[in-house]
Amino acid sequence: MIAQKFEYTAPKSLDEALHLLASGAKPLAGGMSLIPMMKLRLASPEHLVDLRTIQDLNFIREAGGQLHIGATASHYEIESSALLRQKCPLLTETAAAIGDVQVRNMGTIGGSVAHADPAADYPAALQALEAKFVLKGAKSERTVSAADFFVDAFATALEPGEILSEVIVPIDDARTGTSYQKMVQPASGFAIVGLAARVRVNAGKVSFVRIGVTGLSNHAYRASGAEKTFEGKTSSPANIQAAAALVAQGVDANSDLHASADFRRHLAVVHAARALKTALSRIA
Amino acid sequence: MNINLKVNGKSYSPDVEPRLLLIHFLRDVAGLTGTHMGCETSLCGACTVELNGKAIKSCTMFAVQANGAEIVTVEGLATNGKLDPVQEAFWNEHGLQCGFCTPGMIMASKQIIERNPSPTEEEIRHGLEGNVCRCTGYQHIVNAVKAAAAGAGK
Amino acid sequence: MATTTTKVETFVGKRIRRREDPRLITGTATYVEDIQMPGMHYAVILRSPHAAARIRSIDTKKAESAPGVVCVLLGKETKGVGAVPCGVAMPDLRVPQHTILATDRVYFVGHPVAVVVARDGYLARDAADLIEVDYEVLPAVADPEKALAKGAPAVHPQWPDNIAFTYHQDGGNVDKAFAEADVVVKQRIVSQRLVPMAMETRGVVAEWRNADRQLNLYTSTQIPHLVRTIVAGMLGLEENRTRVIAPEVGGGFGSKLNVYAEEALMGYVSMKIQKPVKWIESRRENFTCTIHGRGHVDFYEIAAKRDGTILGIKLKLIQDVGAYHQLLTPLIPQLSVLMMPGIYNTQNIRADIVGVFTNCVPTDAYRGAGRPEATHGIERMVDMLAAELKMDPAEIRFKNFVAKDKFPYATATGLTYDSGDYAAPLKKALDLVGYAKLRQEQADLRKQGKYMGIGISTYGEICAIGPSPATPAGGWESATVKIEPSGKVTILTGACPHGQGEETTFAQIAADELGVALDDIVVLRGDTAVVQYGIGTFGSRATAVGGTALYYALQDLKAKIKKFGAMLLESEDVTLAGGQVVDNKTGKSKPFQEIAGATYRALKLPPNTEPGLMATRFWEPPNFTFPFGAHIVVTDIDGETGQIRIRRYVAVDDCGNILNPLIVDGQIHGGVAQGLGQALWEQAVYDDNGQLVTGELTDYALPRAHLMPWIESHHTCTPSPVNPLGVKGVGEAGTIGCSPAVVNSVVDALSPLGVRHIDMPLTPEKIWKLLATKNRDVGSRGATK
Repeated sequence: MIAQKFEYTAPKSLDEALHLLASGAKPLAGGMSLIPMMKLRLASPEHLVDLRTIQDLNFIREAGGQLHIGATASHYEIESSALLRQKCPLLTETAAAIGDVQVRNMGTIGGSVAHADPAADYPAALQALEAKFVLKGAKSERTVSAADFFVDAFATALEPGEILSEVIVPIDDARTGTSYQKMVQPASGFAIVGLAARVRVNAGKVSFVRIGVTGLSNHAYRASGAEKTFEGKTSSPANIQAAAALVAQGVDANSDLHASADFRRHLAVVHAARALKTALSRIA
Repeated sequence: MNINLKVNGKSYSPDVEPRLLLIHFLRDVAGLTGTHMGCETSLCGACTVELNGKAIKSCTMFAVQANGAEIVTVEGLATNGKLDPVQEAFWNEHGLQCGFCTPGMIMASKQIIERNPSPTEEEIRHGLEGNVCRCTGYQHIVNAVKAAAAGAGK
Repeated sequence: MATTTTKVETFVGKRIRRREDPRLITGTATYVEDIQMPGMHYAVILRSPHAAARIRSIDTKKAESAPGVVCVLLGKETKGVGAVPCGVAMPDLRVPQHTILATDRVYFVGHPVAVVVARDGYLARDAADLIEVDYEVLPAVADPEKALAKGAPAVHPQWPDNIAFTYHQDGGNVDKAFAEADVVVKQRIVSQRLVPMAMETRGVVAEWRNADRQLNLYTSTQIPHLVRTIVAGMLGLEENRTRVIAPEVGGGFGSKLNVYAEEALMGYVSMKIQKPVKWIESRRENFTCTIHGRGHVDFYEIAAKRDGTILGIKLKLIQDVGAYHQLLTPLIPQLSVLMMPGIYNTQNIRADIVGVFTNCVPTDAYRGAGRPEATHGIERMVDMLAAELKMDPAEIRFKNFVAKDKFPYATATGLTYDSGDYAAPLKKALDLVGYAKLRQEQADLRKQGKYMGIGISTYGEICAIGPSPATPAGGWESATVKIEPSGKVTILTGACPHGQGEETTFAQIAADELGVALDDIVVLRGDTAVVQYGIGTFGSRATAVGGTALYYALQDLKAKIKKFGAMLLESEDVTLAGGQVVDNKTGKSKPFQEIAGATYRALKLPPNTEPGLMATRFWEPPNFTFPFGAHIVVTDIDGETGQIRIRRYVAVDDCGNILNPLIVDGQIHGGVAQGLGQALWEQAVYDDNGQLVTGELTDYALPRAHLMPWIESHHTCTPSPVNPLGVKGVGEAGTIGCSPAVVNSVVDALSPLGVRHIDMPLTPEKIWKLLATKNRDVGSRGATK
């Protein structure tokens, strides 16, 4: 329960941090995943760069018709943000479902997303929101979509020396309903499966659907087959069920002590239907 | 490296190894042994303290990360010998048995009431998700938080 | 003023808040890890990553030269230290040599291999990584049924069948009972391995004082005196120069009712380095190296008449022992056998236990220790029997209860139940839950395809452990009461409470007996240099046995106070009441405090009476006590996810007289939480290689606040005739009553699908699989008809 020795720097500016990261240091945000791994000596970085001391990374603001969330915004800051509650309730609902109070006080969206735990909550919502991630390096800046960001278990599009500096999500109008539905792994609080749904209805038909899935496979993904099936249909229970039935299609499902692959697939379908139903019920 | 922080109103400027956990700073350097280590994985909550007004798990934070912070531990709650209402409620309602989880439980309970002055039973239980007690079955703890909230609202 | 009798408030039976709490809620209590001493060193133990391996070589050079390291010890050096003992004697018990550090072989993941001692805990941890151990990995077996199979790897090479012990017990005439039965129901029932998971892990501070040849050992234990006797023996020290202190102990639940290798090992280290040394168990070590509980595979058969009368019970019990015997390992399944008839009137039983070695950490006492397994078995069997006979599960229980006029009742297993009225708590619980109405609702919900279950368990258990002939280390308990010259009262108890609140309940007893204020009383425990010998706190015994020792010590002192009072009042007819000795004729009185002073000043003594006010009693109980109760659980099952929601939890427990209802409720709640943990979430899972898959809190699911139902706790009261307090014990009742009520409820919910048994924990996946397959079966059967 004691980490190996390492060097620690708390830079004041993003540039300073990026410079250190370029020479091989590892970023530390809330530390909710990294520090337990270091204590168990499953991770032993030689140099940690603390991103929480960089003021420029901590914000939640609206600009250009989108919502911008800095990497070190904590789950609690997101959960309790009046702006997000009004303009992106899916994100506040998801943040509130993470871990526990203490973890939400300390853990950050950037840390969670960059860690890319296949059972983390945010990635489902960020897939459904078609979020964009700003990745910065010492000499580079690029924007990557959620669809391209999550590559594998604990693997993302981040290159060595890059950090995730900002998450950008769209502002939905009142005709959009969203929901995050999760089956909780009772020991860790992570998702066995987590389903995020985002739907719009126009003239009695479902005009827009996005479904994000976490926990089921090696990384979060959008269930596009299910989305396509549902779009253009009425929101009848039978149509919800038919769409939900497709969320696990073609997916190589995870299996562990807490849920076999078959059970996970089944839970994904059940929670997809619940998420769609709840999202539809929330359309103003 | 050298850090500055305040614990229970008192300033400390220790020179610490970066890997020193905040809980070990509190226990071994500041001598405040009320905060307990119950696990390695940030899941038991026995080490909960307040950092800049927020309940956090001090076993999942390095002391260097707390540079410049104000920390309150269970030892800092009673003022002039008068117990904090949450402490008093834990006592009255028998919200503890072996007492090992209690400091963390009290700190988490304070956060619940600070954010929600009249929590329902469900909200209390949800707010204690990150704290394990192996003795009480939580019922008397729930009663204690209810009682403390009711008392604070008076 | 001296002539007025003041009426003093009484305390027994009242909801008194605990006197131990101020230090605990302010963070000023001292647990082992909180102890600091000048020159303190820190130990980290290197443990085996393999379940079975031969140690080819160990290279400690790098570790020894690492910064801050004082020494690295291996098993070859500690060979002279006595083995970790098994406290149970049985005719065919196989006891492997359990050295404090592995020598040539390791037997489970977590087996201690080396100890690193450094001036700083962080440096000790760093150095442990530098020890190089060359292991030859051997085949392991982690499942007791697999370990019994032919060709299984031998845990201990000298015993290739892996059998640690066998035990047989027969009562009445089982063969006749089964021959005459109308119905026999059989079932394999698993009571899975559990991790006790006290919030405070184990920890030891050892301080060797060479000039005095004295070892001070601070350890997180439930049994400081037994640890002293045994550790002194292991280290070859004098018992009266070995002082064991259990400071504040952060929960035990049986896991600290033991003597562990690390206790002797730290003593050894301190003697070697001539400095104090501290070792604190990590949570990972706590999961892999502190005893586990349960670990049964039971094969039950129950024989009955068509009217539901139980005729006999057979049990074949496979006990997963683990790699070694700890202090009480082989005793635990025997407690299951003692309890196997439950509270039912059958005189025919047969039990066969086989204890099996596996490459796992040993099992031993965990809350309930054998009784939860037995109660789970009989209560599941009775429900299955009721289902088979299409009887109501309450009705079949009422039919078979030992009648309340049959006490003391001799059981087929050789126990004598002290007192009981088994129908009373069940009647009360049925009433409280609204049983008839719930059954109606259930019928309606079933028509809608919904799964709602009502589960009953009616348990009895063995408490106040126990008479010495039935307890390995002696079953008595001791108390000393000292009344100081100022009239203040000090109680020294041999029990070792660690959360159970005896600093309060014992003060309540003494305050009422002596007529003094609670605040005038101090209760000391847990230090062998302060307390006369004692046994400790476990088996729901502290109040029933230790409280009784206290009660008798108080009677001795009361007699002496009255003698002195009578002398001072120059009367022959006095009473002690309300803190005064009163002359019954004149009404004149002397306050207790004045008399206490006079006994020490000793200007004048009553005939044949010594000065001072101190009494010690060692009380040997004539019998166990047998609490009982009824728990009813109402569950709703999510047919899509298999998740179980507990809608109602009604507990009616009879623990005899209640000294402090607040504390009793807390014991019930906590007990129920641990029973619910076993029923729904907890399981220590080893893979085929003997790796503990649930080796951290990330995978071992515990009851948490948001997962727990509201427990409606009620009581009936049938005092015990075994002790003058009429108390029975309540520490384990909640756990024992809980798990079968939950499983019975869920099986009841799924019974329309033909489900008759589910093994714990009732994970959503298990329920979902049953729903999926049974629904299909029921559907296809329906289609072919």
